[in-house]
Amino acid sequence: MRHIISILMENEPGALSRVVGLFSQRNFNIETLNVAPTDDPTLSRLTVTTVGDDRVVEQITKHLNKLVDVVKLVDLTEGAHIERELMLVKVKATGSARDEVKRTVDIFRAQIVDVTPSLYTVQITGDAGKLDAFLQAMGPIGVLEVARTGVSGIARGEKILSV
Amino acid sequence: MELLSGADMIARFLKDEGVEYIYGYPGGAALHIYDALFRQDDVKHILVRHEQAATHMADGYARASGKPGVVLVTSGPGATNAVTGIATAYMDSIPMVVLCGQVASHLIGEDAFQETDIVGVTRPIVKHSFSVRHPSEIPTILKKAFYLASTGRPGPVVVDIPKDMTAPTERYEYVYPKKVKLRSYSPVTRGHAGQIKKAVDMMLKARRPVIFAGGGVISGRASEALTDLAKRLNLPVITSLMGLGAYPQNDRQSLGWPGMHGSYEANMAMHHSDLVFGIGVRFDDRVTNNVSKFCPTAKIIHVDIDPSSISKSVQADVPIVGAADNVLNEMLGLLSSRESVNQDALEAWWQQIEGWRSERAGKLYEPATPGEPLKPQQVVEAVHKITHGDAFVVTDVGQHQMFAGQYYKFNKPNRWISSSGLGTMGFGFPAANGIKLNYPDDDVVLFTGEGSFQMMMQELSTCKQFNIPVKIINLNNASLGMVRQWQDLNYKSRHAHSYMESLPDFEKLIEAYGFKAMTVRTLEELEPALEEAFRLKDELVFLDIHVDPREHVYPMQVPLGAMRDMLLSKTERT
Repeated sequence: MRHIISILMENEPGALSRVVGLFSQRNFNIETLNVAPTDDPTLSRLTVTTVGDDRVVEQITKHLNKLVDVVKLVDLTEGAHIERELMLVKVKATGSARDEVKRTVDIFRAQIVDVTPSLYTVQITGDAGKLDAFLQAMGPIGVLEVARTGVSGIARGEKILSV
Repeated sequence: MELLSGADMIARFLKDEGVEYIYGYPGGAALHIYDALFRQDDVKHILVRHEQAATHMADGYARASGKPGVVLVTSGPGATNAVTGIATAYMDSIPMVVLCGQVASHLIGEDAFQETDIVGVTRPIVKHSFSVRHPSEIPTILKKAFYLASTGRPGPVVVDIPKDMTAPTERYEYVYPKKVKLRSYSPVTRGHAGQIKKAVDMMLKARRPVIFAGGGVISGRASEALTDLAKRLNLPVITSLMGLGAYPQNDRQSLGWPGMHGSYEANMAMHHSDLVFGIGVRFDDRVTNNVSKFCPTAKIIHVDIDPSSISKSVQADVPIVGAADNVLNEMLGLLSSRESVNQDALEAWWQQIEGWRSERAGKLYEPATPGEPLKPQQVVEAVHKITHGDAFVVTDVGQHQMFAGQYYKFNKPNRWISSSGLGTMGFGFPAANGIKLNYPDDDVVLFTGEGSFQMMMQELSTCKQFNIPVKIINLNNASLGMVRQWQDLNYKSRHAHSYMESLPDFEKLIEAYGFKAMTVRTLEELEPALEEAFRLKDELVFLDIHVDPREHVYPMQVPLGAMRDMLLSKTERT
């Protein structure tokens, strides 16, 4: 099963490599990885999506918690949560495809953020499934380049991940 | 207010932390630190002949004392030479602080002379690591390093110190930090009360229980509480190899250690048990054999200070995260007010266990008679006798290690010193030296083989310089015995590179360093040689004991089998 784990870690040099190193060292997999500072300058928030059965994911969270640089973490998929990813895509937009791309962009509530005579650059946010669906829809027209941020997420409701 | 350079801070901090010895080897990036050590007398530096030996010396001391061993090496090759020793300590959860010189900050990343990203290299084999970015951070970083190394599940911590951080001209305020706090690190001590109660109930109801105690009981100083509990409930006690000595082996309730070369009765009892009370163990693959066939009828209680050890290989029915001594004492507290064990069932269980015990008694190996080549097992037994089972016993890795673990009986914790997790050949000699240095009045015996010894024999020179009179028992079978055994069993005795055709004359080699060496070939020579070796209290003595190269270590678990599936000799199996 796919899990989204959000981690608050010390904003220190080397902290990121400890987290990433752990995954390769213990043969855990990383599907996406996303990291940035938070409102607290001493903390970074890192979100990783991984796939594994309950036992593997339990080991992942235990080992992550063991890292001295990891202050707190939550497996967002254990409860209701909001998952978002941002993607920038360059798609071919010539001839009749130009209109078709525009229509699909509207359907997906995406935005065209850059235009040339031959292509559109589309910005789209949503969960990973929505982004995949957009890419699939664009497939026959011609996807030229994809830049995805990886998943970021937050729990629904009153639950707060903080120190 | 006192102003000190980074280098002087390091020396002063070590003194304030109560460190008596550090083990190391100088080099460019560490020279400011070495100069600071030269200008003081409190912390004594032991110069090794290879940085790996420094880590093993510190490791040996840490295993014997429970306190962190301290290593000082220079950047680049100095630090990379220490890597094997760091990994050895990591695998066995041994507290260690490794101070590494590093090239000056402005050169980092430039591929400077003797530059290695040692924090990167050691990342998977340390509990944590630090890079010093300003000299004023040194006292706090060092305190954190010692705190992390020695609390919770202990382990090695690396501190990387660029040369400019220790420059003699840069002085900053020094205050010894009595305490440090890390917001993301607070090792658990007390176990969950409900789980502990549940575990006690299960132990009282069990019909075929065993205690399985490991290194965590020793590092958690919980041997006494464990012994109390086992005695109160009359439970059989199996210790892991790392846990040897956590329970007195001269006691009837001790069944020895389980696993690949564990005792017949330990493996049989564990396999047939209905409750395994694991504490401070990690159920590693050398113990469990095939995990899917592991203890098919047993419920598992697993106590460990490290949550990630629990249900890692063997799923625990009752997991308890906590410190061994705390959990055991809480259990003892619960017992006083509760009903007793399942007497009848336990009686029958003990009968079964005694049956297994007597089945193999006296059949473990064929001792050599006069004139025959010595058996390594009988050498270990003879050493046990002459040291009254009270020595620090240090081993290298291979057949001799297993024989030492099987035939030397340990009644105290911290006396069995062996690289169990990583299995580092070369570990033994420096580790023994580290112990002898700190425990000059105790017997320190190294069981080694000609293969392992040659990996670290340059340390004879360290022994000469610092007068370290260890006793070295070289079980010389002129082959890499364990490799040879596997080749006998699995490769139709094709001995690919497992024998040594060019062994040195060990007597001459040892004498070249000014030490005493004796060669022993027969039973008649054995006892007198041992007596002389241990009579010479203040001398390093090397006994080159020629033993039967055909001997195998048994029992030996059958690969992919259950715990009870064992080869018992070259011709018998369960």
